[in-house]
Amino acid sequence: MKNTFIGASIERREDLRFLRGRGTYVDDLQVPGLLYAVILRSSVAHGRLRSVDASGALKIDGVHAVITAKDMTSKDYPSGVPIVPMRLQPLPEFQPYEQPVIAYEKVRYVGEPIAVVLASSVAVGEDALEQIQVKIEEMPAVATSQAASKNQSVLFEVTGTNRSLTFEARKGDADAAFKEAPYTRRERMRTGRHYGLTMEPRGVMAEWDVTNNKLTVSGAAKVPFANRRILAKQIGLPESAIEMIENDVGGGYGARGEFYPEDFLIPFAAMHVNRPVKWIEDRRENLMAMNHARETEADLEIACQRDGTIIALRGEVHTDMGAYMRTNGAVGARNAPQFVTGPYRVPHHKVDSHLWMTNKTPVGTYRGPGRFEGCFYMERLLDMVAADLNIDRIELRRRNLIGKAEHPYKLATAQPTNAHDQTDSGDYQATLDRCLKEFNYADVSKLGGKLIDGKYHGIGVSCFIEGGGAGPKESSRLEVNDDGTITVYMGTASVGQGVETIYAQIAADALEVPIERIRHVYHGSTGIVSDGYGAYHSRSVVMGGSAVLDAAEKFMALLRQAAGKRLGCAEAKVTLDVDRVGGDGITLPLKEFAGLTAEGAFLNHKHTYSYGTHAAHITVDARLGHIEIVDYVVVQDVGRAINPLTVRGQVIGSLVQGLGGAVLEDLKYDAQGQFLTGSLADYLLPTASDFPNLRCFVTEDHPSPTNPLGAKGAGEGGIVAAGGCMANAVANALQSFGVQPRDLPLSPSAVWQLVQDARNR
Amino acid sequence: MTIKFEVNGKQVEVEVEPRLTLADCLRHHLRLTGTHVGCEHGVCGACTVLVDSRAVRSCLMLAVQADGAKVVTVEGLSRDEGLTPLQTSFRKHHALQCGFCTPGMITTAHALLSEEPDCDADRVREVLSGNLCRCTGYISIVEAVLDARAAYKKAVP
Repeated sequence: MKNTFIGASIERREDLRFLRGRGTYVDDLQVPGLLYAVILRSSVAHGRLRSVDASGALKIDGVHAVITAKDMTSKDYPSGVPIVPMRLQPLPEFQPYEQPVIAYEKVRYVGEPIAVVLASSVAVGEDALEQIQVKIEEMPAVATSQAASKNQSVLFEVTGTNRSLTFEARKGDADAAFKEAPYTRRERMRTGRHYGLTMEPRGVMAEWDVTNNKLTVSGAAKVPFANRRILAKQIGLPESAIEMIENDVGGGYGARGEFYPEDFLIPFAAMHVNRPVKWIEDRRENLMAMNHARETEADLEIACQRDGTIIALRGEVHTDMGAYMRTNGAVGARNAPQFVTGPYRVPHHKVDSHLWMTNKTPVGTYRGPGRFEGCFYMERLLDMVAADLNIDRIELRRRNLIGKAEHPYKLATAQPTNAHDQTDSGDYQATLDRCLKEFNYADVSKLGGKLIDGKYHGIGVSCFIEGGGAGPKESSRLEVNDDGTITVYMGTASVGQGVETIYAQIAADALEVPIERIRHVYHGSTGIVSDGYGAYHSRSVVMGGSAVLDAAEKFMALLRQAAGKRLGCAEAKVTLDVDRVGGDGITLPLKEFAGLTAEGAFLNHKHTYSYGTHAAHITVDARLGHIEIVDYVVVQDVGRAINPLTVRGQVIGSLVQGLGGAVLEDLKYDAQGQFLTGSLADYLLPTASDFPNLRCFVTEDHPSPTNPLGAKGAGEGGIVAAGGCMANAVANALQSFGVQPRDLPLSPSAVWQLVQDARNR
Repeated sequence: MTIKFEVNGKQVEVEVEPRLTLADCLRHHLRLTGTHVGCEHGVCGACTVLVDSRAVRSCLMLAVQADGAKVVTVEGLSRDEGLTPLQTSFRKHHALQCGFCTPGMITTAHALLSEEPDCDADRVREVLSGNLCRCTGYISIVEAVLDARAAYKKAVP
C-alpha cells in the first residue's frame, strides 16, 4: 500500500485535548508539598545594588525562604552567581555581557531578578515581596542605542564600552562599486521594539529527589537538551541527573524556551529547600522579563544603475540589545545586516551592525529575527528608488530578483562568526506573478493614492525569503508498543505548531501503515531520544521530519532482520501490512515485536529558503492616522507542504504577528529606562477585528534540495515582509503629501504625525 | 469563607479567601485547569467561563461572587468523549495552534452562538475581539464560529 498522508490536510490530533480543556500546561501541574516562587524584580533601570533585607518577608506566615545572590556560592563562577551562557554565537567578546541568574552588584534593567520568595501560595509570596527592603544607588540610565553610543554611562565598567560587538556583513567590494555608481540613495530608518509574546506566560516546576540525586524540571520548551547542558553546568550536576520535561506549550515564536535566569533559579530553589517549587510568570513580568526584539536603527545607502539594477548596498545597523547578551541575543543583530538584501541580487554588500547595550530588557530572537527588520529597510528603499528612477516598482523588483537558474545564490558573509549562507532553490518571479494575479494588481493598483470617501487608498508589494531548517542534527526514534501500535519519539519540541500530527503523517507514509497505527508522538523531553535540538529557525519539518524518514528506514531494517529469523524467510521478503508482519506466506502480529526500536538522525548544515510575495491594499484616514486593510495576499512557496491546513495556519498566523509589528506593537521606555508598556492595554496585539481581509496561497513548485522531504521552513514568511509591505502601502496612499514612512510601527499617531510633518514642510 | 455554587452541573462547596479570583478557584481549588490565565487584567480572555450562561472573565471576578451561581467551564461543554459541533468546527478549520487561548475562544463563541445563532462575520469578530490569540491570526477562528452556527440554530426550539 502506498500512503499519501504527506500533503493531506489532516485534522490535528493535538486538538482533541486542547478543545476540551484537557491540555496540560506547566501551571496545570500540582504535586504534594509544592511551594510557589515569586520573584522580586528591579524597579530601577541602572544602579548599584547595595543591600537586600528580606527579614520582614520571612516573618510572614507561609513564607518558607527568600533566596538572593548571597545564597549562591558556586565555585565555578568568580562571584558565586552562575551566568547564563550564550547558546548561539558564543563569542569571547560577549562574555562580559552575559546575564547573572540574579542581580548581585548592579541592576541593569527594570525587571531584573533580585530575590526569589518561596511561599505556600502565590498570594502570600506577593505579599512578602512588599516586605523586602532593597537599597539601590541609582546611576544614569542608558535608554537608547544613541545614548549608549556616547558611552557616558556604561553598563559594564569592566569593558568600558556599551558596544558589545560589531558584526560585518560583506560581499564583493561595495565601496568601489559606490564610486562608479550613477545613482545612490541613503536613508535612515527604524523598527520598533517587539517581542514574541506567548499567550501562556513562562513557567518552571522543579522537583529534587535527594535520595536518587535526580532533578526533574517541567516547563521545558524549544531547546530542552541545550538547556539541560546549561543547567547541569550551573547547578553542578551531571546531565544524566537532570530530566527536562516538555508539557503542552502555549506558544513559542522564538522567545519561549530559551534559557532565562528563572530556569536556574527555580531548580536551585527546589534543591535549596528540598521541596518541589513552581514559578509561573504573570503578564506584567512576561512583558519585562521575556526576550525583547527588533529595535533597530539603520543608515543604509543603495547604489543602482539608471535602469534600476542594484549594484551595491552599504551602511550601518544599530541594535538596542537591552542589558545583557542572552542565549540567542546576537541572532537578530547578525541577521539584519546579512539578510537585508532578501530575495534580491546584490553583488556588493557592506553593512556593519553595532550591538548596543542599554538599560532595557535584553533581546533574543522573535520569529523572523533580523529579517523582518531587513525586509522593511530593503523594500522601503526599493520603492524610493523606483520613484527616483521613474521605473515601475514591480518592474524594479523583477529586474533584481534572484533568478531561477542562479541558485544556490551566495548571500553576504557575516564576520566575526564567518556565517556563510546561500539560497537553495526557487522561482522568485513566479511567486511575485502569482501574488499579483491573485491580488488583481493590474486593476487594484490604479487606486493607489486616490481619495475615496475620505480615505486614501494605498497599494504595497514586498518580496521575501525565509531562512529555515537549521542544523546540525535532529533525532527521531520509533518503537513498537505492546499493543502493536507504534510510537514516535522526537528530539524536536512543540510550540503549538502541530508537530504531533505532522510527524505521524511522515512516519505513517514512511512505514506505509495507516496513520492510526502511529499511536503517540512524543517530543521535547530529554528522556526520549539520545540527543535533540529543538524548535527554532523553522526547522521542525525539515530536520525533524527528515530524521523520521531515517528512523523509519532503520526501523524497517531491524524489523526485517527480526522477522526474517522468526518467520524463517529472507529479510527482503518481510513486509509490514497494517499491524501484521509477513514473509513467505506466514504472518505475525506486530505486537510480537513489542520493544523493537530504531533511532534515526538527519544531519545537515544547509538552510532552506522558502520565498514569496506580499501585496497589501489599504486605506488611510489622513485625519486620524488609522489604517484599514482592504485586501492582503501572501503567496509563499514552501517546497513541500506536509499538511496544507497547518501551513496556512503558519502563514496567516505569522502574517498577523507581522501586521502587529507594522502598525501596533511597541515596547516603550522613558529616558530613565522606566518600562512604560507593562500591560496588554499598553502593548497592543492584533485582535479578531483588526485584520479580517487576509488571504494566502501556498505553492510547492520548488522542493528544497537540502533534505529528502524537499520541505522548506514555512513558519516565518508571513511575518518577514509585513512591515515593508504595509509601509510601502502607506507611502503609496499618502503620495500626494509626499509621505515616506521610515519608522515602524505605523500607529495612528505616527501616521497622523507623518501627514502633519508633510503639510508643514 | 465558604461558598457554594454549581460547576459543570455539579454542586461544589469551597473554602476560599475573599481575594481569590474565580479563575484561581476553578484551576487550583477545583482542579479544572482547562480555564487558562493569560493576563490577570481582563484583556486576553483566555480565562472566559460561563456564569449563569453569560461569558465572564474569571480573572476579573472573585470566587465569592460566584456563590449561588451556575458556572460552566470548557470542560463542561463536552461531557462525553466526543467534540461538540463548535469544537468540531474549530478542528476542521484549524482554529487553534498552541491551544492556550482556545478554552476562552470556545466559551466566548458558545455564549455568542447560544444567544445569536444568526450572527454575521462582523458580529463574530466584534465579540471575539476580547479574546487574544497569538498563533492563528483569527481568520480560521472566525470561519470556525461561522461554520458552527447551523448547529446552534437547530438547538434553539
